[in-house]
Amino acid sequence: VGLRPPEAVIGCYDRAMKVILRNQSREVELAGRRRVKELLAELGVLPETVLVIRGRELLTVDEVVREDDVVELRPVISGGGRP
Amino acid sequence: VKCRKCGGRAVLELRRHNTAFCGDDFLDFFRHHVLETVRRWKMLSREERVLIAVSGGKDSLALWDVLHGAGYPTTGLYIDLGIGEYSQASRARCEAFAAERESRLLVVRVADEIGAGIPRVRDTTRRPTCSACGLSKRYIMNRAALDHGFTVVATGHNLDDEAATLFGSTLRWDESSLARQTPVLEATHPKLVRRVKPLFRMSERETAAYAFLRAIDYVVEECPFARGATSLTHKEVLNRLEDVSPGSKASFFLGYLERARHLFQAGERVDLRECTRCGQATTGEVCAFCKLADQVRRVSAGATVAPVTPAPAPDEHTDADPPAQRGLISDLHAASEIHSA
Repeated sequence: VGLRPPEAVIGCYDRAMKVILRNQSREVELAGRRRVKELLAELGVLPETVLVIRGRELLTVDEVVREDDVVELRPVISGGGRP
Repeated sequence: VKCRKCGGRAVLELRRHNTAFCGDDFLDFFRHHVLETVRRWKMLSREERVLIAVSGGKDSLALWDVLHGAGYPTTGLYIDLGIGEYSQASRARCEAFAAERESRLLVVRVADEIGAGIPRVRDTTRRPTCSACGLSKRYIMNRAALDHGFTVVATGHNLDDEAATLFGSTLRWDESSLARQTPVLEATHPKLVRRVKPLFRMSERETAAYAFLRAIDYVVEECPFARGATSLTHKEVLNRLEDVSPGSKASFFLGYLERARHLFQAGERVDLRECTRCGQATTGEVCAFCKLADQVRRVSAGATVAPVTPAPAPDEHTDADPPAQRGLISDLHAASEIHSA
């Protein structure tokens, strides 16, 4: 939900941040540090649709993520018929 | 970003409230809002045993966690849809959650009730899958509550669910769905159990954050049959609005409850009776669930799939499930039945 293909930013770098797009079963690698809000914008993800998780912590959009970080974008939207 | 309460490092900003919290203060905020909603809407009494419909997802388990933590006498109800690994994983999460809290969990298999799991139901009916599944869940939920002596069932519907349902009903100007959408569905017939939605003011992201911060092991994966559901598109549209105008979802749905719902309620009147087959409340002679079960049996016996018959006006316990991929106007009500037929 709210995602567009991030092919433009997929790369292969010596030192890269790994971003796991949960439920799309995809991972992308990015070089360089940036704020979470910039990361989400690059990947076309609306902040309201995901939790941004690094290890055991949640990150706000102003946090900086950098090389060697593993960041999970966990969708929060569930759908279909609810009881 | 700093926590508004303690000044520590914030882990979650809530743009619609123009605030941010650290983990502990967010958990307090969340619990306070849910319990305040329960109190203000008179959803539960302290003496009343509450049956919580749990799917293994973040919303229903977060709800169970909050109510259990607040001392409400709770029992879980897991409805096994028979959707392969997805259902197995969901059930395991619910069982583990209940065991950790030494709480009781009832399990009902759709296959035992209707003769087949949802994958086969999907192949035997022309109803959208989410519609047949929703109908089955609401029926089983109500009957399990009656059978086990519960007077109220709580579900994990959140603000995004409710706003998306309202959005869908508004796009169709579906007056009876609009009249019925409420966080408290009263028992308007002896065979209907009250249903309440204590999370209706909490956004989907807030419930996900609560579940994560409470280390609740929930199923993150989406139901394989939900892909392409119209309700997901409605949620995406609303989240785009929310992004440019924080608070849009809340003002849309909560504003509807405060200022518009009564306009639709005025003309709504539904006569309920007991299904001649199963005894559950319905608007017709035979309820929609029994009809669906018939259809599954017929197709299993080798008959061809019959077109879905448009149902009469659904009863007011109906939840107005977002209709998924529905094409025919004559089928507009089919997705929103509950025990009705």
